[in-house]
Amino acid sequence: MALKHVNAIVVGAGAGGGIVANELAQAGLSVVLLERGKWYTPFDDRKDDLRNQRTCVLGNSFGPDEERNPRVYADSRGREQVVQSNHWAYSNNAACVGGGTLSYGAMAWRFMEKDFRLRSTYGTVEGSTLEDWPISYSDLEPYYQKAEWEIGVSGDDSNNIFRAPRRRQLPMPPLPHPREHQILKPAAERLGLHPFDIPMLRNSVPYNGRGACMRCRWCVGFACEVNAKCGTQNTVIPKAISTGNCDLRTECIAKEILTDDRGRARAVAYFDSSNRLQEQSADLVVVSCAAVESARLLLNSPSRLFPNGLGNRHDWVGRNLQGHAYTGAVGLFEQETYDDLGPGASIAICDFNHNNPGFVAGGLLANEFIRLPYQLASRGGQGTPRWGAAHKDFMRRYYRRSISVMGPMQEMPVFEARVQLDPKVKDYWGIPVARLSGHRHQNDLLGTNFMAAKAESWLREAGATTILRSGPISLDGPSGGQHQAGTCRMGNDPQTSVVDKHCRLHDADNVYVIDGSVHVTNGGFNPVLTIMAIAYYASENLVKTWKGTHGRA
Amino acid sequence: MQASRLNRRAFLRAAIAAAAAAGTSVACNRNQTPWRFFTLNEARALAAIADQIIPPDQDPGAAWAGVVNYIDHQLCGPFQNLQKTYREGLAAVDQTSRSLHGNPFADLDSQKQISLLLALEQGHVPATIWQQRSSGEFFRLVLDHTMQGYYGDPRHGGNREGVSWKMLAIPYPPIRGRVRFNPPKRELTSRSR
Repeated sequence: MALKHVNAIVVGAGAGGGIVANELAQAGLSVVLLERGKWYTPFDDRKDDLRNQRTCVLGNSFGPDEERNPRVYADSRGREQVVQSNHWAYSNNAACVGGGTLSYGAMAWRFMEKDFRLRSTYGTVEGSTLEDWPISYSDLEPYYQKAEWEIGVSGDDSNNIFRAPRRRQLPMPPLPHPREHQILKPAAERLGLHPFDIPMLRNSVPYNGRGACMRCRWCVGFACEVNAKCGTQNTVIPKAISTGNCDLRTECIAKEILTDDRGRARAVAYFDSSNRLQEQSADLVVVSCAAVESARLLLNSPSRLFPNGLGNRHDWVGRNLQGHAYTGAVGLFEQETYDDLGPGASIAICDFNHNNPGFVAGGLLANEFIRLPYQLASRGGQGTPRWGAAHKDFMRRYYRRSISVMGPMQEMPVFEARVQLDPKVKDYWGIPVARLSGHRHQNDLLGTNFMAAKAESWLREAGATTILRSGPISLDGPSGGQHQAGTCRMGNDPQTSVVDKHCRLHDADNVYVIDGSVHVTNGGFNPVLTIMAIAYYASENLVKTWKGTHGRA
Repeated sequence: MQASRLNRRAFLRAAIAAAAAAGTSVACNRNQTPWRFFTLNEARALAAIADQIIPPDQDPGAAWAGVVNYIDHQLCGPFQNLQKTYREGLAAVDQTSRSLHGNPFADLDSQKQISLLLALEQGHVPATIWQQRSSGEFFRLVLDHTMQGYYGDPRHGGNREGVSWKMLAIPYPPIRGRVRFNPPKRELTSRSR
């Protein structure tokens, strides 16, 4: 039985797709929102420290499941392995309604003005496809604000002298400061740094019909059991459905975008929750599956006009796969630092996002979320006992006396770091899987070494007696991870980008990519608020140019 | 009635066959031990290794906390593909121990156990015994799993009675929402829209 034709199909109900579905549905378009995972409620939550999205030694809690969704990972020496979704090399992002926003830590950063103009600021970087964005911070500013107020952000960045100008303050105040914040703040000020309260997509007070954070510490990697963490699954997606225009279909695996003779999308073929192949026709298709899967879906959609995949005429789909090089240090203290108050992360500095000596860009530094006992036990930093009586003493002594300061370093995009289709390996549904390969840029190593040293000096000033350094990052193999981005670059030149500045494919005027894939560069920040802002920005243009079904020029 | 009983028997036979086919492994639950996967000797060796990784002192050690149970459990679940590694790895540990000291690992005194584990970790072991796999890699695997079993959630079969969490003086069971117990001092209000 043929499915009823709709105006738009949005593939992926994560940070980007959830917002697009709502904006289109509110504008009166009929929308089908396809999601490969399930819709979890706060009541499905289990605080399991070995099985969650962050520490997944026993598997992921919010998918994708390990058995049916392999990927292939190849490092720069060409060593290949088939990896499951709980392997570090998989670059997993949760597969569920809300996507990463269900189980994220929920930091809500705006990029800085320079983050959109890295090439103009720093010049060309050898070995990197570094480029400016075709849009600027001021183009996105109204949409950052919209995301902050519609999804809900608490925090206070007024002390951040490096921040880009904002026209409106955040809708909610920050949560009271935990002990780590009280220890780190005066130390940062003594060093001449500019600490402030991290903006977070988390209710500090009742907001949008949901209650406030109960401060349980189990944030990153977990769903919020009091629904105080704000994602698309508890904000825009319910709104979209309540318009009556949006049909959310869960456990649906998109196989291919089907195109007509002119290379325009006409339908999406997908496997429904009973693994039956369906064909949903639509006037336009929005791809919002995150950087790895969005590229994979386009590459899996070849046609006579575009034999190498939709939007891939110039071999840019899947290129420039990036994420963040994470770095920092753990400080061990004589005093107690632990107070069991969530969400943990609370204080940050942006002093090292730009203008650092000897390398391009930089990143924020912030205290970390929950450190589960197993995470500290298995960390094995330099200078800690690995096992035996000394290790046990170490845990007893320092679990409650340690602070971790970490940050995401802005990576240089590398053309060879890429998503391809694996020629051999297929998933459960017979669809070729993503093959991740390539390497990182030397600048990432320089930057992370610099930032780790800054984290260390901050911790020492705060009174840390011992520092556990993160080892230098490896440049072997591509980046990615939960902050994956860059594989469908936004640009004005169709020869060196995949989508235009409104997130529309250069090659097909009714196909959009709206997620982190379009990021030219990924900022020295957690990228979710930027993904949300781009979703609002692109949707507005999409609705504005919408001329009705079959009515486009 | 007869037909239905036959049907039931046929169904049971099919169900057993299906369970065997879908079952996690031939090794799980088929041996004459209290364990799902391990033999008695393997469990004994693993308990001794785990108890050197996290030894008992004023707080219980890894063996008491159920680390062997945790690993045994996971080997019939998420760690299925590590069954061979454990079977051969533990055998190689005992073989190494016999060749150096004449006894299986669990029977060595504590000092000898520690120095043997150090040798395994650093790869200073007889190459004839460790041809197939790296002793260092095997040791680090057991080390990681021991930490998971001791410091992880009790629902997975280790961390008996939340022993490690009590040791670290963190709430067990975990407190659900600190603000319910210590309300914030200053009253927070939403900014006007």
